[in-house]
This record gives sequence, C-alpha cells and structure tokens, in this order.
Amino acid sequence: MSDDAKKDDVGTPHAPVENPKDATRDEPATAVGTPVQADAAQAAKPGAGATPEAAAAQSTSAAALEAGGQNVPAQPARTPLEVVDVRHGMFGAHGSGDTSGYGGLVVPVVMPGPSERPYGGWFDEVVDVLTELLDASGTGFANAIESVVVDRDELTLHVAREHVVEVAQALRDDPDLRFELGLGVSGAHYPHEQGRELHAVYHVTSVTHGRRLRFEVAVSDDDPHIPSTTGVYPGHDWHERETFDFFGIVFDGHPGLARIEMPDDWPGHPQRKDYPLGGIPVEYKGATIPPADQRRSYS
Amino acid sequence: MSTLHATGHLVDEQTQGVPTFEANGGDWSQIAEEAARLGEERIVVNMGPQHPSTHGVLRLMLEIDGETVTEARAGIGYLHTGIEKNMEFRTWTQGVTFCTRMDYVAPLFQEAAFCLGVEKLLGVTDDIPERASVIRVLMMELNRITSHLVCIATGGNELGATTIMTVGFTAREEILKIFELISGLRMNHAYIRPGGVAQDVPPGTVAETRKALELVKGYMRQLEDIMLANPILHLRLKDVGYLGLAGCMALGITGPMLRCTGLPYDVRKAFPYSGYETYEFDVPTATSGDSWGRLVVRLEEIYQSIRIVEQALDRLDANPGPVMVADKKIAWPAQLAIGTDGMGNSLDHIREIMGTSMEALIHHFKLVTEGFRVPAGQVWQTVEHPRGELGVHLVSDGGTRPYRAHFRDPSFNNLQATSILCEGGQVADVVVSVASIDPVLGGVDR
Repeated sequence: MSDDAKKDDVGTPHAPVENPKDATRDEPATAVGTPVQADAAQAAKPGAGATPEAAAAQSTSAAALEAGGQNVPAQPARTPLEVVDVRHGMFGAHGSGDTSGYGGLVVPVVMPGPSERPYGGWFDEVVDVLTELLDASGTGFANAIESVVVDRDELTLHVAREHVVEVAQALRDDPDLRFELGLGVSGAHYPHEQGRELHAVYHVTSVTHGRRLRFEVAVSDDDPHIPSTTGVYPGHDWHERETFDFFGIVFDGHPGLARIEMPDDWPGHPQRKDYPLGGIPVEYKGATIPPADQRRSYS
Repeated sequence: MSTLHATGHLVDEQTQGVPTFEANGGDWSQIAEEAARLGEERIVVNMGPQHPSTHGVLRLMLEIDGETVTEARAGIGYLHTGIEKNMEFRTWTQGVTFCTRMDYVAPLFQEAAFCLGVEKLLGVTDDIPERASVIRVLMMELNRITSHLVCIATGGNELGATTIMTVGFTAREEILKIFELISGLRMNHAYIRPGGVAQDVPPGTVAETRKALELVKGYMRQLEDIMLANPILHLRLKDVGYLGLAGCMALGITGPMLRCTGLPYDVRKAFPYSGYETYEFDVPTATSGDSWGRLVVRLEEIYQSIRIVEQALDRLDANPGPVMVADKKIAWPAQLAIGTDGMGNSLDHIREIMGTSMEALIHHFKLVTEGFRVPAGQVWQTVEHPRGELGVHLVSDGGTRPYRAHFRDPSFNNLQATSILCEGGQVADVVVSVASIDPVLGGVDR
C-alpha cells in the first residue's frame, strides 16, 4: 500500500483504522519512527491543510523567516511522534478464534507531532515574540518550549514545567502577546506515555488581539509536581484544585490545594485512566447489561 | 501513588466545646441575642448546602462581625456526578446526552459547544448545513432568554419579590413550550448532535415561535415596569457585589459579570461560531460593575437574543435545506418520525434496512452501536454561555469515544468571585451578590 493511499485512508474521520496488510503490525511499539507511521500521524491532522505537513525539528526563527511562505519541503525530516497508546485488534474481540483478520491489527495511537515553520497566521508572530522574551531573560526558548504543535488551526506550546510560570507571565504581560484571560486548567492522563503520563492543559485568550492558544505541561506519575500559575492567572485557583482532585497533579505554590469536587477524604483521583468508572450491572427482563466501563470497547 | 491532601477535613472532636446554632427561617434575632450573650466575637455562619437562596446545592461559609461579612467562602462539589468521566465510556454522539445535563438551565449551550468541538476534531466544521447552524443559533438564543429569565426571576424571589419570580417563570414557560415542540423535551434535550441537529423543526415552528416571542416581549415589559424604577430594588442592588474590570480579568470572569464593567467581550463577536458573524446584534454593557449593572445587562441581552431569534426565523423560512451533515459515516442514519407507537426511526428507513438493503442495516447497526471514529488530537471550543465563556476541551485518541472531555463551566469559574463580592458587605447582601453571579451548580460540579 502506497503512502499516499494510506494518507487518504487515515485522513478522513471515518477511515477504517488500518489495513490489516499493513507492515506496521509486525513491529508494534518500536516502529514509531518509520516513514509509514509518521505519514499516518501527519495525515491524521485534518487541520494541517494550511500548515506544512512536515514535522521537523524546531527551526530557529531566522531559518523560519527564510523559509516563510515557501511550500512544504520535498523531503522533510522526521521527528518522534507522541505515541499515546498502541491498539490491538478490532471490534473489542480478544482471545477468540478470530477469522476476520482484524484480530491481528496493530495501530499506534499518535497525537499530532511538532510542526515546522511557518505555522501560519499569527502563530509565527507569537512564537517569535516568545522566543525573543525567553532568550532575553536567559531561560532560552529551547529550554522552556519543548515543542510547538499546530493542529486544527490551534496553536499548542508544550512547556517544560520549571518554566511554566515564566511562560505564562510573558504570555500575559507582553503587549504583543497580551493573553490576559486565563480560561482554566484541564488535565489529561496518558498512561502509555512513559515519563509524561499526566498533562495539565492551559487555555488562554487575548481579548486585546482576538487570539487564543493552549500551553501544555507534561509530568510523570512518580513526580506529579507543576508550579502553580495562580500568581499569574488568579482565576486558575479552582481550576488547579479541580485538576489536582481529578488527576493528582500537585500544583506547587497554590494557596490552598484542597480537593474541590470530591470529598476531602476521597481516596484516589477519579479522572485517571486506571480509575474505574464504577457502576452496577443493570437487569432488564432477565437480561443483564454490564456497567459502561465493562462493556465491549471497539478497540 | 499515595493520595495527597492539602487539608484534612474537620472531625467532630475539633468542634467540641464550640457553641453552635441552627437557623431555620425567622429565628435570626434570637440567634443574634444568644450570640451577643455569649460574647463571642467571631461567628462562623454555615449557609447551606441546599439553602433555598442558592441556585442548587451550594454551601457558603461566612465569618461575620455583627451584620458585616468579614470572610466568605464557597464550598462546592455536592452535585458532582462525574459526567466528564462518564463521557469517556460512551460514543461521541451519546456524549451529548451527558453534557446537556451539566448546566441544566442552559442545556443547549453544552450540546452546541460539545458538537462544535467534535466537528472541529473531525474536520467537518465547514460541512455543517446552513439550516442546522440556523436551528442551533435559534435554540441557543431562546435558551439564553430562558436562562436570563430564571436568573432574574430567582434573583427577585430571593429578595422576597415573588411577582418578579412568577412573571419571569411564566415568560420562560412560553419558550419551554417551543423547546418541547422542537426537541420533544423541556430540558436536557440532546437535540444538537455532532454533524447537525437530531431532526428538523416540525411544521408550524416559525409561527409558534413568533407568537411566543410576542408574549415574552409583553412579560419583559411587565418585568421592567416592576423592576427598573423600583426604589427598593435600587437600594438592594446598586453598589452591592461590586467587581471591577481588573478583578474580572484576573479571576477569568466572563459573561454579564464582565460586560457590566464596560468591556464588550462576547465570544459570539470575538470568536464567532455557527455563523454568528452574519447576525445583527449588539453586545450590551454597563459600567457600574455591581449587581444592578448585571441585571440591566441581562435584561438588555434578552432583547438582543430576541433580535437574533427573529433573524434566525427568517432564515428558517428561506432555507429548507438538510439539518445533518451529508457524510453518511457521521450522520445518524435515520430521521425521526411519529409512528403509531410514538416517536422513533422513520418507517421508510425501517422498511429499507429491514426489507431491501442488508448493507444499510449493517451500516445503521455499526454507526448506532459502535459510533464513528474521530482522528487523534485535541481541540478547544468555546461558546458564549448565558453565564460567560463555556469552553470544551476534547481529546480524541482516534477511537469511537472521547479520550477526555473537559468542560470549563462559566459558573464554576465565576463562583470564585464569591469572596470578593461578599466580604465587607452585609449578610443580607450575600444573597444578592451570589444571585448576581447566577451560578447553576449542576454546571459548577458536573
């Protein structure tokens, strides 16, 4: 199967997951960097039309300016993709005598990888200003920002946790950035992303410039500490409490990091993937329906 | 991992020896006398959970000095039902049924925000039929009117002005009838679906809605007559619960609370969705930043919503198109129809899948049980909710169910202002201040 055909397959939302004849099935976990899979991951970005599809290492701004307005390079460099899971089989059938061939399917679940300049629209300007500010402060853009992802017309900055407060402060205060409205902290748990299991996701809006972006901090399960951004965005107070409550991410420096939705003495953090939904089987006219988290999952 | 707690909960031993009082209705003066007799300087009043003046199960902890509130804290979580967690175990389409139950006073906004987010993940935002977007706008704006009416009505009721409540709820009833006509339900509609809406509006909707709007305008005039020049209302609301622009921006507060400080920030204008940029409407503001300003802004927003609804009705007349995206791999296979045994899949569709096309039957079965797959990635979609900016953070891992669905509910965020609104004011003003935030605890706790 050619790369192009595969691209079409995965690029449409309703695409059948993967062709069983795909070479990827033979090397599930290690095959991440192969060109075939990298293509699949890029093609899974429907919003990538306006942006270069290539996923190259973070270029410097000078190089980016040079490349500005150009089309996608013919042979872009490959970068590691964010593999969050590897999915086996289909239809939720496991361990049965599967004759359909779908049982042997192996699909890596990859999040959109880092983008290459130009990011398009005002994204370049924001990243340029941020680069300037972080380099001037001595932190260095490359140290603070792990990667820049443009996907579905949204800009995501992956921020190293020790610099998250500085990045937030720069985003809020610089007149050219002015993301003055902090709209809260969400969380996500990716148990298969070794060493980066817990993500805190911040969304900020610039009322002044009519822009919004997302910055994301990933920490490991063993050391789930992130500096609190309440000093920059006081409105993040309850949002960080909620993310602590549901994911167990500890926001250092928060004025009162207590549980907010669950009772104070609740054990565990319910939004983690390893936390069961609970629920009891429902019986109706003799038939029993299992709780939602124990039903067939259509992997 | 060990469970981390920043604060332990209060155990009975710690409260021993502390005098406690329980207030149920009109015995406040007795309690005040008793407290004065004991000579306690610091009195902590626990209001709720489930005080009739709070919009749901909200708990307020007030420290008072005489009649002055020196410290106010809000305790939430009593209505937490794990909707976000539940959504991770249902298909993308079923998710609508869950998120509509979050803020039950404004259910259509959660539905719309969620569906717009799913469509963005799918990359079909531009394929949504015009008529579906018009119906969404129509439903959302009608819902905004009902939500503001509930806020004004209950706010009046909390001050003892029962007439404001009865007029407000009567007006809301007229719109709930329209909701029932269109979606079959008065609340928790699950009417907006990824790709469009569940079904087209029934015949006669436009005429009925126009009729209802005239009635609502009449009730609005009544409300304004009894409220806007009422000296008691002026005394109770003006300069009470003040929060200026700087405070609002710092606390991430949006919606009428922000607009009553003079900043016309409205997601419908700033980041338009569902074609809002093509409608003519104004963003009302006030400059007082107090409870009165919020009331005035809400009243004016109802009129602006009526303007939008009228434009949407004209477009419904002009545009008979489909109400679901053309992509058969996303669109629900059947339109609903009324049969002899109630509403269900249309008989034509059943005849086709059961009688003539095995493939159509398989397709129907797959789409309804398994659902459609959504490419991996994350999106952030916001809409202008009656209470502020409602944000939806959706993560997909390429499967048929949301990997993570987070709702940034505006009431949740805005309730953080409780302390700053109430501290330094009188106990009686706490009720006014909290009412002016207009929190709905179903949305706060989710």
